[in-house]
Formats: sequence, C-alpha cells, structure tokens
Amino acid sequence: MSKREGEGCPRKRKTDVTQTQKNDQRETSNINPSSAVLSAFKVFQQELDTKHDKYERLVKLSRDITIESKRTIFLLHRVTSVPNVEEVLEEADGKLDAVRQKIGQIAEELRGEDLYQFHRAFTPGIQEYVEAVSFQHFIRHRTLISLEEINARLVFMKGEKAEAKSDQVVTPCQDPAVLTFQVTPTDYLLGVADLTGELMRMCITSVGNGDMDTPFQLGSFLREVHDGFAFIGNTGPYEVSKKLHTLRQSLAKVEDACYTLRVRGSEIPKHMLADVFSSRAVLLDTDEGMG
Amino acid sequence: MSVTEMFTYIQGFLSADQDVREDIRKVVQVLEQTAREILTLLQSVHQPTGFKDIPSKCLKARELFSTVRTHMGELKTKFPVEQYYRFHEHWRFVLQRLGFLAAFVVYLESESLVTREEVAKILGIEVDREKGFHLDVEDYLAGVLIMASELSRLAVNSVTSGDYGRPLRISNFINELDSGFRLLNLKNDPLRKRYDGLKYDVKKIEEVVYDLSIRGLAKEQEAGGDK
Repeated sequence: MSKREGEGCPRKRKTDVTQTQKNDQRETSNINPSSAVLSAFKVFQQELDTKHDKYERLVKLSRDITIESKRTIFLLHRVTSVPNVEEVLEEADGKLDAVRQKIGQIAEELRGEDLYQFHRAFTPGIQEYVEAVSFQHFIRHRTLISLEEINARLVFMKGEKAEAKSDQVVTPCQDPAVLTFQVTPTDYLLGVADLTGELMRMCITSVGNGDMDTPFQLGSFLREVHDGFAFIGNTGPYEVSKKLHTLRQSLAKVEDACYTLRVRGSEIPKHMLADVFSSRAVLLDTDEGMG
Repeated sequence: MSVTEMFTYIQGFLSADQDVREDIRKVVQVLEQTAREILTLLQSVHQPTGFKDIPSKCLKARELFSTVRTHMGELKTKFPVEQYYRFHEHWRFVLQRLGFLAAFVVYLESESLVTREEVAKILGIEVDREKGFHLDVEDYLAGVLIMASELSRLAVNSVTSGDYGRPLRISNFINELDSGFRLLNLKNDPLRKRYDGLKYDVKKIEEVVYDLSIRGLAKEQEAGGDK
C-alpha cells in the first residue's frame, strides 16, 4: 500500500491506462472464444459442475437420513415407558426401512464413482443411521450389531434398467440390478460411539420407570464397548479419540447409576427411587444438549 | 459376534490402513524430493545467465520427470486402485507441484498452456479415473494457478534481463488463463482460494507491460505495443 502511495501523482493516470489496456486485451481474447484454452476450460467447468451437483445431492440425502434416524432414536427411547416393546420396535423397523431407501439413493448416486471421493458429503448421515440401527438391535437382542449385519441390509435390488456403464467400484457384484452400500469401519466406529450416549440416556430413564435389570445390563455392555475403544486407542482416526472422552463420561454416569441402585436400592422404596432418578435424568439431559 | 471380536476386527482394519498410509508417505517423500530438484533447476531461468539456455534447462527437467514416472509407478502399487480418493490427501500437494512444474516446462518450451492429458503423460499417470491412478481436475487447475504466479515473477525478471518481449506474451497468456478460470463455478474450496490470487498475478504483469509501453520499450521488440 505505502509503495503505491509513494508513486504519488502518476498513479491515477496509470490505473486508467492499465484499465483501457486491460479492456483491449479482453476484447482480443473475446474475439476468439473458441481458443484451445477456453474450450478446455469449458470442459473443466462441466466436469466441476457435475461433481458439485452430485455432492450437493448427497449432502441433502445425508441430511434427510440424519433427521429420520434421529426421529427413530427418539421413538426407540419410548420402549422404557410402554408396555408393548415389540410394537415400538416394529414402528422403528418401518422408519429404518425408509432410511434405507435413502441410502439406496446414495448408492445409486455413487454407482461407478469412488466411494471416498464423496465420503465427506454423507458420512454424518451414515453415522446417525449406524447409531439408530445399532440402538434398535441392542434393544431387541442386547448385543452389538456387527458391521457385516449392517452392510447385509444395505443391498438394494433395482427394478429399473441399469445403465450400460456399470463398471462399479462401490458395487463389486456382477449383476447391475443389485446395488450395495458399504459402511466403512470408521463410520461404524463413530456410530457406535454415539450409540453409547443413547444407551446412557436409556439407562437413566429405565431406572425412572422402576426397571432394575436394564441398568446393569447396560452397564456391562457399555464397559465392553469402552474396552473395545480402549483397545483401538489412538490407532483410529482423530474423531474416534475425541469421542472416547464422551464415552468415558457416559460410562461413568451409568456406573454411577448402577452404584446408587445397589447401595440405596435396598433402602428406598421403589416409587421414591423413581423420583431420585428422574430428577437426575433431567440434569443429564441438559448436559447432553451441549454435546 | 461378540463386542470384543468386532473391535478386534476393526482394529485389524485400522492398522492395515495405517500400514498402507505409511507406505504411501514414503514414496510421496521421494516424489517431493524430485519435485524440489526440478524446481531448483527451473528457478535458474529467473537469473540473467540462465535466461539464455532455457531449452537446455527444459531438457534436463524432462529427464528428471522420467524419475517421477518411475516413482509414480511405485506409488500406484501401494494401494488398491479404486481407493484413490481414500488416500488422496497424501499426494495431493506433491501432485499439484508436479503439475505446476510440468506446466512450467511446457510453457517455457512452447509458450502454451499444457493440457491435462499432457501433464498426465509427463507424470506417467491417467486422465480418467476409470483407467487407474489419475490426475484430478482440481489438482491440475491448482498446478496451473501456481504456474501463473511463477510467470508473473518471470515477467519481472525477464525485463531485468533485457527481454522486453516476453512480458507481453506472458500477459496475453495470463489473460487468456484468467478468462478461462472465469468460466468455472468454483465452490468455497482450496482451489477457489488459490484462484483468488490469480488477479494479483494478472495485475502485476499488467503493471510490467505498462511500464514497458510508456517507455516505448515494448515496441522495440514487438509490434504489439499500444498507441
């Protein structure tokens, strides 16, 4: 800046001349819009636009998947308070089927593409889906869903004619009518880390409903998961180590709850126990809101 | 499958992943070394002495590019070909530098913009993703933009060395490049950031051209001067 100022008076004129000169040159290059450089850039423009459009579509799908999965999780939290668990689980099944349809659309978009080129666009949605589906699986079977089981449900049969260009990278199967979507181990891991937060919440609310077994089941399950994460430690990606901290907190809360149950369960009458924990749950919920 | 089994499986996956990354990093380091050598070689065109023998410098650079091709071939073997974008970050930087160097050599030789196909050929890689290890279009464009700033420097230094014709030619070239980039709808990404720097290169070269034309220096060598 000071250098430009130093040039003082001639500066004004100078910019004017440069300006006209610039315009002249623009014109000369405008005269020849079919030059090799410009036509090459037109190709690049198309290529980039196609890529960006696809990316945006994937982001939108990922958002929808996130929202639907979150709703499913909220629905599943009701199992602690309703008599007919199976009904809720079936409703959740229906919702998850809808989510899977969306994942099918992602798989469709990724047909013939490199999964990792667009991975950033849909990873939040997939993580949320893993969270929802593993939560439901846990409620039903009290075990951790495996990566294969998740992937096995993400096989889509397409009735419509597949394009001739089907040298799929994402879908290595021979039949072009079958589309598969592979959840990456990292996404799975991050989804499971989120699951622990939901389990903690479920533990607290279930105590509130006088359920005395679930907290202990959850406690030992969470410990197993925690041990698993500790085993992976810092070999995993950066996000995993970040979630490990939250996981420790969730585990501590559940262990704390189990401890209180054991110590005071014999002293306090059941209906009062419920009060103790429901006030605690409110406290924890506000905690969660920040995370 | 128990929780422990599941996590053991994932741990196995993660450590295999890390091994692959480690291998890639080693090759990329060698590539970076070669890229620096080529850059050092080409930097001498900014010297008044190096100005005269640009063709021989380009020849030497071309020789070094054959080393690059060998290492690229090695890099290709380090990971499954369909997982290019999974490890893209590791070689993105060096690929952009190499793209720039290839573009610079081609410009010095023929004063034209290198095509993406040519860069791919010089580096011994593919253009289309389907065919294997390829040159991503954004990396190619980033390389071209690095060259633009190098050319604005070259314009200044060629005046110092008494070559008054070159800045005019560079100016035409950069202007064409600028209008080319104007055609692109860039998102708010690293490429866009780099493109934002192009206008300063354009401005710098225009100033050089201006200085030459008001002194009548441009006319001496080329009829393309104004007035």
